[in-house]
Amino acid sequence: MATAFSAPKFAAQPFTTISPTSQHKPLKIPTAASPFLGSTRKLLRLSSSSQLNLRRRSSGSVFAVSDVVKEKKPTPIPSLLITKEEGLELYEDMVLGRSFEDMCAQMYYRGKMFGFVHLYNGQEAVSTGFIKLLKQQDSVVSTYRDHVHALSKGVPARAVMSELFGKTTGCCRGQGGSMHMFSSEHNLIGGFAFIGEGIPVATGAAFTSKYKREVLKEADCDHVTLAFFGDGTCNNGQFFECLNMAALWKLPIVFVVENNLWAIGMSHLRATSDPQIYKKGPAFGMPGVHVDGMDVLKVREVAKEAIARARRGEGPTLVECETYRFRGHSLADPDELRDPTEKAHYAARDPITALKKYLIENNLSGEAELKAIDKKIDELLEDAVEFADESPLPPRSQLLENVFADPKGFGIGPDGRYRCEDPKFTQGTAHV
Amino acid sequence: MAAIFQGVGAAATLSSSPSNSFVPKKFLTSPRRSFSVRKVPSYVVVRSDGSVNFDLNSKSRRAQQLVANAVATKADSSAASSSSNPGHELLLFEALREGLEEEMERDPRVCVMGEDVGHYGGSYKVTKDLAKKFGDLRVLDTPIAENSFTGMGIGAAMTGLRPVVEGMNMGFLLLAFNQISNNCGMLHYTSGGQFTIPIVIRGPGGVGRQLGAEHSQRLESYFQSIPGIQMVACSTPYNAKGLMKAAIRSENPVILFEHVLLYNLKERIPDEDYICNLEEAEMVRPGEHVTILTYSRMRYHVMQAAKTLVNKGYDPEVIDIRSLKPFDLYTIGNSVKKTHRVLIVEECMRTGGIGASLTAAITENFNDYLDAPIMCLSSQDVPTPYAGTLEEWTVVQPAQIVTAVEQLCR
Repeated sequence: MATAFSAPKFAAQPFTTISPTSQHKPLKIPTAASPFLGSTRKLLRLSSSSQLNLRRRSSGSVFAVSDVVKEKKPTPIPSLLITKEEGLELYEDMVLGRSFEDMCAQMYYRGKMFGFVHLYNGQEAVSTGFIKLLKQQDSVVSTYRDHVHALSKGVPARAVMSELFGKTTGCCRGQGGSMHMFSSEHNLIGGFAFIGEGIPVATGAAFTSKYKREVLKEADCDHVTLAFFGDGTCNNGQFFECLNMAALWKLPIVFVVENNLWAIGMSHLRATSDPQIYKKGPAFGMPGVHVDGMDVLKVREVAKEAIARARRGEGPTLVECETYRFRGHSLADPDELRDPTEKAHYAARDPITALKKYLIENNLSGEAELKAIDKKIDELLEDAVEFADESPLPPRSQLLENVFADPKGFGIGPDGRYRCEDPKFTQGTAHV
Repeated sequence: MAAIFQGVGAAATLSSSPSNSFVPKKFLTSPRRSFSVRKVPSYVVVRSDGSVNFDLNSKSRRAQQLVANAVATKADSSAASSSSNPGHELLLFEALREGLEEEMERDPRVCVMGEDVGHYGGSYKVTKDLAKKFGDLRVLDTPIAENSFTGMGIGAAMTGLRPVVEGMNMGFLLLAFNQISNNCGMLHYTSGGQFTIPIVIRGPGGVGRQLGAEHSQRLESYFQSIPGIQMVACSTPYNAKGLMKAAIRSENPVILFEHVLLYNLKERIPDEDYICNLEEAEMVRPGEHVTILTYSRMRYHVMQAAKTLVNKGYDPEVIDIRSLKPFDLYTIGNSVKKTHRVLIVEECMRTGGIGASLTAAITENFNDYLDAPIMCLSSQDVPTPYAGTLEEWTVVQPAQIVTAVEQLCR
């Protein structure tokens, strides 16, 4: 694979030994000698070898290797990992994600959307790499950086854009906003504003899948849930509690860590005692895998195995994707703390450029075809913006709808009737 | 302390005792009264001097047994007597279990999650033997991770199951506040109605027998502002079973508040299937002079006080509001319109409690019908002390209720 740089090792390395053949410069920070982490001060120099180095395992350390990777041997001729159709699908999905986020930035600065908007530029490989392997009935749980997860899962760009504009045609009727994308049709279970609070919900969705198979006897129910979250979340209690429960009950879930090294302005290294997140998987009894999150093909390989594992009923996997966000934490973030050299380093590893290069070099596609896809996405987004612009704002009558699934929950008014029967209720002017 | 007595003849001694403490011995052989009262054998509870003498025929740390059925003549329990078959007698925790079991049989999507609900049978035995019957996945023993397993229940509810999450003690649900507030209450709305969360969160709370501050919390006041949830409090075996079933069948997230000291109340309940409406209040004792609004354990203190009041010539109307959120303003309103005087008796804290909200709601809606300002008796704003005497003085005692009514009706 003549694509982006390889990610560092899968297996855990003891901190004290760094092989002399390594081309990694040890970091200045004493606690982490692991080579892959972006330092606040020092740029990481990755190995230019395109092979995953699996030989570097020392005895006695924790093995955090995915099963499929164990068997992989370095081959002299890179075999193609994807077909042309798959390649184009991946390319289109990533371009959609990127262009959509760029459009969001534009619209935000034009005053069409408000509040906190968190863009996903740079991390597309993770979303595309994982979600494109799922079926419709599989569930995805995300965080506030959820636009691209929604798009990858199949939510139409129109619905997402309208939701961002706060229009009633949005996927959540304008009631959720940027941080709360939901789609029952596509099984996107959010969209959560507080970090970590989606992970238990994802665990619950996985529990339902297991319940359906074992209690309700729907033997073919093998729905898998993916939980996406960031490096900051991995220091949160809910993360650990759910790792425990998922491994305990062998729930069909994959925990995907999008480690972009920064939680707003807090570097992952300054916040975490052991920054190698994938090592936390084996502590709970599940495999922990690290993968280069800027390379969609690598992500896809790991994802295949992790999802297959979950489908077979073997339990959860923790996948740490090393990735990077090209923009600030949100559109309100001036992004002053990050080192420009670090940004440049990752910009050079842009997943879309990398996939394009792969497709062309392996004769899976040509410039013209890819440009046509670019154009198609542009038109799709123009249409989405137009649709969102023209959609109506939610009327007042929508205010009190959907608070309860059963609106009797608003109670009985002084006149003896349920409040939801009051005509002012449906107009949204009733005071509940 | 010791608000729970054996025998209902407490009233006679109550009126003669000057302080809030009660003389124990007289109660053990109380005569029958007009309210249907059953002597529950082998429970001796009362003390006024802090000495404890109780028969722990339950092995858990559950507090002393509560006594007789202090439910008055009317109300839902009349359904029990009006049905042709005699019904069956059971304790409140058994009623909860029966309700839960029936719903689990009825709908295979109903499942239970919580600490020690499975093999241990529940720390208050509400889920006893359910795991044997329905399996370890349907009655799930969770690790000690309230926030996460409540969130897991919410995720399961969103994807098609109907979980009943048990908090071993309501206070532990403070750890789950994130999930209850952010997800349980809000997700139906934030998703534009796409996902329903038919979850029931239940557990015992309230001031028990010297359990200490953290095990004696009343969370209804903390949860009441969360939009999108309903809160109900059960107080008798009849309404416990009815509310449990109604909560499970409801599409809304419901928090069911039980009380540690009420689990051993005994009552005869109907054999047939019934539910109690989640939004309605219960008329316990109709009257003319004053409306006393209460819920959960304070209902029994109020009924205790009511006996004294009746002897003194007052006619209080006692309503168990049951639905803490939303309030049943119809039943309450009708009562206010009749009596023009309101006394709220609750175990919640004074500040920001259910009583405070109820006072506001009544004033807003029925101000014209009030002849006197609403009086609200709540627990002191104090972390519940361990010492028995101090604990007794933190919660409202029947004598205070009597005094309050006398003041209100002057």
